[in-house]
Amino acid sequence: MMDLNYVRTTCPYCGCGCEMLLETVDGKITRTLPSKTNLMNQGKLCIKGWNVHEFVHSRERLTKPLLKREGVLQEVSWDEALDFTASRLREIKGKYGGDSMAFLTSAKCTNEENYLFQKFCRVGFGTNNIDHCARL
Amino acid sequence: MTNSIPEIEDADCIFIIGSNTSVAHPLIATRVYRAKAKGAKVIVADPRKIHVSLIADVHVRQNLGSDVALINGMMNVILSKNLHDKTFIDDRTEGFEKLEQKLKDYPPQKVAEITGVSAEDIEKIAVMFASSEKSTILYAMGITQHSHGVDNVKSLANLAMLTGKIGKPSCGVNPLRGQNNVQGACDMGGLPNVYPAYQVVTDENNRKKFEDAWQAELSPKVGFTIMEMMHGLEDGSIKGMMIMGENPMGSDPDVRHVKHALEEAEFLAVIDIFLTDTARLADVVLPGAAFAEKDGTFSNTERNVLRIRKATEPPGEARADWQIICDISTRFGLPMGYDSPEKIFEEIAQVTPSYAGLSYSRLEKGPIPWPCPSKDHPGTPILHKDRFTRGKGLFHALDYRPPEELADEEFPILLTTGRFFPHYHTGTMTRNSITLDKEMSEGYIEVHPYDAKDLGLTSGERCRVVSRRGEVITKVLVTDVVEPGTIFMSFHFMEANANILTNAALDPICKIPEYKVCAVRIEKLVEEMKDHGIRAVVNG
Repeated sequence: MMDLNYVRTTCPYCGCGCEMLLETVDGKITRTLPSKTNLMNQGKLCIKGWNVHEFVHSRERLTKPLLKREGVLQEVSWDEALDFTASRLREIKGKYGGDSMAFLTSAKCTNEENYLFQKFCRVGFGTNNIDHCARL
Repeated sequence: MTNSIPEIEDADCIFIIGSNTSVAHPLIATRVYRAKAKGAKVIVADPRKIHVSLIADVHVRQNLGSDVALINGMMNVILSKNLHDKTFIDDRTEGFEKLEQKLKDYPPQKVAEITGVSAEDIEKIAVMFASSEKSTILYAMGITQHSHGVDNVKSLANLAMLTGKIGKPSCGVNPLRGQNNVQGACDMGGLPNVYPAYQVVTDENNRKKFEDAWQAELSPKVGFTIMEMMHGLEDGSIKGMMIMGENPMGSDPDVRHVKHALEEAEFLAVIDIFLTDTARLADVVLPGAAFAEKDGTFSNTERNVLRIRKATEPPGEARADWQIICDISTRFGLPMGYDSPEKIFEEIAQVTPSYAGLSYSRLEKGPIPWPCPSKDHPGTPILHKDRFTRGKGLFHALDYRPPEELADEEFPILLTTGRFFPHYHTGTMTRNSITLDKEMSEGYIEVHPYDAKDLGLTSGERCRVVSRRGEVITKVLVTDVVEPGTIFMSFHFMEANANILTNAALDPICKIPEYKVCAVRIEKLVEEMKDHGIRAVVNG
């Protein structure tokens, strides 16, 4: 049996915020359809929106954490990557203070992720060194 | 945006300045076309002959970076023809006298000399805008990405207040934001000077509120902006950096400088879905999830908060970015136990007054525009209806300042940057889309036929573009889309990225870089180099 689903979501390209339906067959996105009920895009999408599913299943996607060893990024386990990251962050905070860290959050990520990231920066390091590409 | 997107359709006059609307915001352009069909006047002020300028009643091509002068000129005409809204000015604004005085220095004849727009056209667009009942302003990075970007935006606010075209349906000052969630990233406090909902970090009451909510001691000091962080890495005041879903190696001006700065970091961690040029420089790269692989919300340019929903699993071991942040934070010693984006959103609503009335269950029925201060509030499609955030709207008397870098003998041509229709930002997503990549697989510069003739260039050949910061080799398209003495280029193509050339001169207030103007020269390639292929040369 084929598992066919339509999931309502929002386009990740420009600031228009077009709503769309992602068609999935057995868990893979097969195409993108515009939402007809959203008052903004009213059943329309641009060329980028219509093809938005293509980059999601790109073979170039990162699938494993990478750690640089002797100048080369190598695949490692999540445990190793997370422990390394957390310990380096603790070292830098301990040695140079929280203001020596800087964080770039993302206009591509969700509100929830942006909220958590700035909270991690402000609470974890006691610094306001957080910005993103709003100006770029 | 002060107003919602659908309202544009019912405007009587649409003033588009510094926005290539049909390319960068196609579904907003749709509303402009519909308004035009219903009889609206369309004014386009853009140095390039962009698609939306083809349907304009008037297209003025101001010199790069001369927007403040152009808008002052329009306002001079409006005052001299007595077309300003005296009631609105009296009731809703302050600082009018100073503006009135300043505008005396900007008669149309003088403005024509600065902007290259004829005095007749300045008069025409001023009258068209002021005398239409519902006039709206649409702008984008063509206004903001200047060393006087803040002045440009204030000038547009002046124009809207002077004519009373704000706080009403189908009017307003409407920035079209370039990224799906740049509005949300700002709303959530992804900025060095504010907590969520723009509560400034230097205000003691705000700090106390967040210290209570987060049970932590917070810094009273404004943090670094991106460009200051890069300088900080170079001068040693910043030692480590974490980057989530950003590619400063493509998107920041003067990429050579950015590369040097990131290489100075003692520790660089990147969370992304592709191995970007920035990720390549990292000590650790963590694979995140794309929009289709997680739940959450985005806030669009009209302040609508919209749901995104998980449709498919992340590839391999990749995981949602919010989970990655929780994992790092917990191992760092600051436990974060959120088990879903909805839980995070509930906390957001508690500390973000403009989101206080929002919840996943309400958003299930469709998007809601903030401010939405309570659970029974319907949301706010139009801002500043009865009062401005500060009370009265403040006019700013502003002078024109030229761009930081002007053409000279060594670099006689001005470069401006922007997007092409099939691509997006640094190309991380669109160049990994087969259809979009096929549509346009390499970049080019637009060169006016006069300049092409002088330089002996023809469409399709490669040339070298050189600025004080670096050089790239790219293809030529000879076209009158640009004015003589100006070239246009995108930053989608990393192998020939305009941002190797762009100037990192910043606006003194908001620190936005001057992407839209820098001086370059074009060199014809010697015969044996023509087939060498496109490549970027980063000096040093």
